[in-house]
Amino acid sequence: MQSPFPDSIAANQAGWKGKLRLGRPFHIPLLLTRRQLYILPSRAGWGFAIVLLAMLTGSINYTLSLGFVLTFLLAGMGLVAMLHTWRNLAWLQIEIYNPPATFAGHDAIFPLSITDTHQRERHAIAARLQDSETLYGDIPANGTLTLALKLPAKKRGWLVPGAIKLHTGFPLGLFQVWSPLATSSRCLVYPKPTDTDLPIPLDSNPGNGGKTDQRSGDEDFAGLRIYQQGDSPRRIDWKASSREQGMFTKQFQAESQQLLWLDLRTTPGTDLEHRLSQLTRWIMTAHAQHQRYGLRLPGQVFPPDNSEAHYHQCLQALALMEPN
Amino acid sequence: MPTGACLDGAKLSLAIKPGMTDLHWLLISMGLAMALHISHFPAWVSALIFLFMGWRYLLEKNSRAMPRLWILVPITLFGIMGILITYRSLFGRDASVALLALMLALKLMESTTRRDYVILGFAGYFLTITAFLFNQSLLAGAFLLLPVAGITATLVGISYPHGSMSQRLRSRIAGNLLLQGIPIMLILFILFPRIPGPLWGVPQDAYSSMSGLSDNMEPGNISDLSLSAAIAFRVQFKGDIPATQQLYWRGPVLWHFDGRGWHMDNNRTRFAPENLLVTGNAVDYTVTLEPHNRQWLLMLDIPQALPAGAYPSREWQILARNPVRTRMRYAGSSHPNYTLGLDLDDRARQLALSIPSTGNPRSRELARQWQDQLKDPEQIVNAALQLFRQQAFIYTLAPPRLGNDSIDDFIFNTKRGFCEHYASSFAYLMRAAGVPARIVTGYQGGEVNPVGQYLIVRQSDAHAWAEVWLPERGWVRVDPTAAVSPSRVESGISSALPDSTLLPIMARPDYPWLRKLYLNWDAVNNGWNQWVLGYNQQRQLELLSRLSGTRVNWQDLVLWLMGSLAAFILLLCLFLFRRGKQTLDPIQTIYRRYLRKLARHGIKAMPHEGAQDVQRRASQQFPQHAAAFARIAYLYQSLRYGADADGKTMAELRISIQKLKL
Repeated sequence: MQSPFPDSIAANQAGWKGKLRLGRPFHIPLLLTRRQLYILPSRAGWGFAIVLLAMLTGSINYTLSLGFVLTFLLAGMGLVAMLHTWRNLAWLQIEIYNPPATFAGHDAIFPLSITDTHQRERHAIAARLQDSETLYGDIPANGTLTLALKLPAKKRGWLVPGAIKLHTGFPLGLFQVWSPLATSSRCLVYPKPTDTDLPIPLDSNPGNGGKTDQRSGDEDFAGLRIYQQGDSPRRIDWKASSREQGMFTKQFQAESQQLLWLDLRTTPGTDLEHRLSQLTRWIMTAHAQHQRYGLRLPGQVFPPDNSEAHYHQCLQALALMEPN
Repeated sequence: MPTGACLDGAKLSLAIKPGMTDLHWLLISMGLAMALHISHFPAWVSALIFLFMGWRYLLEKNSRAMPRLWILVPITLFGIMGILITYRSLFGRDASVALLALMLALKLMESTTRRDYVILGFAGYFLTITAFLFNQSLLAGAFLLLPVAGITATLVGISYPHGSMSQRLRSRIAGNLLLQGIPIMLILFILFPRIPGPLWGVPQDAYSSMSGLSDNMEPGNISDLSLSAAIAFRVQFKGDIPATQQLYWRGPVLWHFDGRGWHMDNNRTRFAPENLLVTGNAVDYTVTLEPHNRQWLLMLDIPQALPAGAYPSREWQILARNPVRTRMRYAGSSHPNYTLGLDLDDRARQLALSIPSTGNPRSRELARQWQDQLKDPEQIVNAALQLFRQQAFIYTLAPPRLGNDSIDDFIFNTKRGFCEHYASSFAYLMRAAGVPARIVTGYQGGEVNPVGQYLIVRQSDAHAWAEVWLPERGWVRVDPTAAVSPSRVESGISSALPDSTLLPIMARPDYPWLRKLYLNWDAVNNGWNQWVLGYNQQRQLELLSRLSGTRVNWQDLVLWLMGSLAAFILLLCLFLFRRGKQTLDPIQTIYRRYLRKLARHGIKAMPHEGAQDVQRRASQQFPQHAAAFARIAYLYQSLRYGADADGKTMAELRISIQKLKL
């Protein structure tokens, strides 16, 4: 069967763990049951076993009946703890949200949602994504715990998370129950914006790029758009807004004059990555100022707009730009 | 897959170091484990341990750094030296336990991580078990639960890495773990195949506290024992308990007299036991012998059926293969009427007549007179008893010191002594007068515990008497103490002594209510000893054979063990893995009643159906109740989703559902 998982996870299956099928991850979403849970004594558990063995031999050697009582009580407690530990992770419904896009250099956050389906409180449930820090949390009976698994986003494009290990050692730490998980959820990483302070090329080369709209119908009403924070109250179309369909702002032709075209080919920069970073910075700046802007990339054109969706479309196109 | 990131509830809790609550639990449970040892630690060790615990607490409380290595290392070395000076060793039982406790307290001073706490917890469990080397009483057993529960609660908190657990949750979980572990403990205790110890040599001092008869009788040996209320053994008789003057518990038999003390014959096991003829009824009994670190088993004079693995010496002292180092239970059968050793071989006769060639001239003279005047050995025996009876001999636990000619000094000067003095001087006189004689030490009498009908024999019942060999009658028991103080033999040591204050309180006749309390307590302890502490391989196989009705061997035991463990764990799984109780709010509870009512009449609400769907279907089937259904649906929905619903609405819903008759 073709592995549905990315290479990084398939690689985990190599070695003895792969042979024992210990590393084979289970695909989110899923309900953790007997088949998805592994349990082994932890290091502390082995230590405990050695202490118990010493206590048992001591009890035999000195014929300590109370020694037997204590040794057997602790052994019983260890066995019971094994069941409790297993129960702590069983019957959890695991889901993962699509992570919000992030910029290279920041952290991608994969929100892992863990829901109890067995009407039982869970304690000290831990999750770790690849080799990042382990996060812990409790789940109330029938409740949900969302752990924000972080992964540093190093470069633009799709960030595919590696294995997620969900585990717990509660209540005694003698046993470790875990479930290796994998997800097809991935995080879009936008290019890292440059730090350089190049001004937005408002009237750059009038050829194809950076061209401003020629029409100059000053103060001509051009239409309505949804109100955005920062719009002047004088521009709000109160009549339209009173129809209880939302707030609208009047748009005038004059604004279109500042309309801006960004083009990869005309963007200064040493290499593609550098230019993409520069474009990212400009798009961020323009978006912050509610400017309308268009984006031209080889094979793709995004007509000028200043909406949120447009912003993300442009950044996504930059993030996924094939290097020639 | 849900889309749209809602990170409001997302947790970002990382593992943190153990907090103050964790330290409280650790310190308290370690303190409890240490407290088990206070009675046998030297004061400086206890003081040092609690000093460290206090120091650690203050450091944490004031958030100060742990002490540096250059402070801890010298303290460690001083501690080790202190132990070495106090105990003159590091490896004996007492020394190594004290060392372990001290090192644990020191480890506390550098423990900050969860891993350190776990190590301390495990070591705390181990420290708890070492307390049983010193004391395995019922109370110690009950007290063991305290440190164990404490340490378990500490470990529960430690395995909660991202915060401090609430006290209630921590105690509840630790309690559950231990409670659910108890059945497994019981199964293992009863069925785990017991291997008789020891597996290797045990430290020299491991049995130092055991007391009992020794293999010789120096002046003062037995009177020292008489001051001890410690229990030597307990006896359960099959029939009635024989009269006290018949209760002679035979211990070491002594042949060699060196002028002061009596000693065993080293070759006692190389010869066949003396000939024994018995008449009359046997007395059957079971002895539970406290460990005394010697080979001999105490049995009623004179034993015939021997416990398994035991064998008699030539003079019918019963010996076990190994020193008795654990409480031992054995069955015996004895005959009060017997004839022992009718034929006396030359070696035995020579041994039984030998006395040092010098010393004690007056006694020798007296014996020679008897030998000349009286022809019959029996008359000589009587003459000696007459001597003790008629002269002013006094039975006392505090006799004056005797000079070099100890027998002369006792018979002619001090005339005050204890059973060992009477037995010793009597045997000496007999030997000097040509009558073969030897000393038998053991116990005499015992106390009947009416609670449980068994006999308690204490160290204070230790006794010494003599046996003389008479032609036609063999070895005959003569107790010269009985001549001086008949009540010693008839009703015990407490009535024989004019001043009983020297005796342990439990051997005294005063404080009857205290004795009664004590006897009840002893009966409980006896059960504890028999069933818990004395539960060994033999008892294990006995009990299980009795329960199953067939002979049980080692393999059966393992099968039973596996079977019952598996059965219990299966049950526990069913219990633990069941779905938790769904907590319904009162509205749901009432509404469920309505749904059940409908279900009985063929309208089964599907999980996805809302109140209105149910109402529609119900109204189709029972149009005459449509109004009631609509009202119920309305009330339910306004309770669930309406803002203005109150107690009245709920009451109305309940009543409407109750009134509904389909």
